[in-house]
Amino acid sequence: MNIGYYPGCALHGSSADYETSVRACMKALDVQLDELDDWICCGATAAHSINHKLSVALPARNLGIAEKMKLKQVFAPCPMCSMELKKASDEIQASPERRKEMEEIVETPLSGAVDVWNLVQVFQEVGYDVIAEKATGKLDAFKPACYYGCLLTRPPKTLKFDDPEDPTSMEELLAKLGAEPVEWNSKTVCCGAGLTLCDEQGVAEQSYKILQDAIDHGANCVVVACPMCQVNLDMRQADAKKLGLTKDVPIFYLSDLVSMALGIKGKQLGFGKRFVSIPKEMKEA
Amino acid sequence: MEKPNQDWTARVEELAHTRLSECYQCGKCTAGCPRGMIMDVPPARMMRAAQVGDILETARADSIWRCLSCLTCSARCPKSVNVSSVVDAFRQISIETNSMSPESAKIVEFQKAFLRNVRRNGRTNEVEMATDFEVRYFFRRFDVMNVINTGLLGTKMLKRGKMNFAIGSPVKDKDLVKRIFSKCDVKL
Repeated sequence: MNIGYYPGCALHGSSADYETSVRACMKALDVQLDELDDWICCGATAAHSINHKLSVALPARNLGIAEKMKLKQVFAPCPMCSMELKKASDEIQASPERRKEMEEIVETPLSGAVDVWNLVQVFQEVGYDVIAEKATGKLDAFKPACYYGCLLTRPPKTLKFDDPEDPTSMEELLAKLGAEPVEWNSKTVCCGAGLTLCDEQGVAEQSYKILQDAIDHGANCVVVACPMCQVNLDMRQADAKKLGLTKDVPIFYLSDLVSMALGIKGKQLGFGKRFVSIPKEMKEA
Repeated sequence: MEKPNQDWTARVEELAHTRLSECYQCGKCTAGCPRGMIMDVPPARMMRAAQVGDILETARADSIWRCLSCLTCSARCPKSVNVSSVVDAFRQISIETNSMSPESAKIVEFQKAFLRNVRRNGRTNEVEMATDFEVRYFFRRFDVMNVINTGLLGTKMLKRGKMNFAIGSPVKDKDLVKRIFSKCDVKL
């Protein structure tokens, strides 16, 4: 399978380990990633907070690049990016005037016909059974709390992905690969990562509540599909400890666990860059 | 002269692309808000303020910038009001009228530093962005602790190899990005 690929700034920045992990499992699953030529930042929270037009234009430019490359789908591993790309696509298609205005701003034709996939959706397209067949190891050391955060499922009307209140797509995949996902309450509670440099206290409180809930429900790790959730829950765990967090919880990307099931070892997945150390039994499947 | 109330309501509606009159104050947005407990003006009250045109006072509220933009309010609204985009509308008015608390100003500075970085490079370079934010914020508030905290965090990240100075390489067509910003009339 060949798909367009929009890494986004985080994967080319502090979450380079996410890109390592994504590329490793996509290679093992024979998914070819065609990176968008000269892609630009999606604008993230800053753009929609400050200038609505810009928050449509930045992702629209990337959709235009994908169209020029004749790509039908674009895979954006960061849910902030995939949500912004989809939102822009909806807005372009909603009115011909808006589309014309955006084409003029981003200097490329736009039809809005490009589909955008998050990480879980790529695994769904490959097929959970296909992945399970290719698996060489069992994830039986893992009792993950699957954490969706905010933008993997919201806004539901735009994303049309899983159940926004009680998503289960990550659990289904990991259970097929031998893990024992736990039932818990904070699957879709925001961790506050967007404000990690400017509202430290708020972010620490959110992280503490989420991580403690995972522990209280018997999880031995948290699995995410977002670079910001990962870095935030991992890096801010020291602050969460000060608020009462009872033990260390390793934070994995979903692609880490899939990669390990496919026989790839932790060393090749950038585990050395994680703040909370990963126990030996969780370094391979 | 200050705009009459209905003008302000129309302005919020225009910025937010959602119908304010749909809100019947059920409070579901506030009940589900992860930061509702620390908000001076929680989402449902923000909605009411927008309906009655009490905009300038509300634009000063800290909660406008404490909002995490997690979209829980919008996803749960039984009348499909996009509450989160109303918060964004208040943010834009808060910047236009320069009405925000010092604590909120810190968050605004960060968002502006982020966009300045995108305008310059086309993509974010985290080290450059954090430096821009810290320097400007320091000269605004002389908040030494903030610089120390971010410095410590940055050091931790550099040590782990989570950050390095070479990452976040700029795009080839930088001028195009600048033109996009200018056509959108972005003021930073």
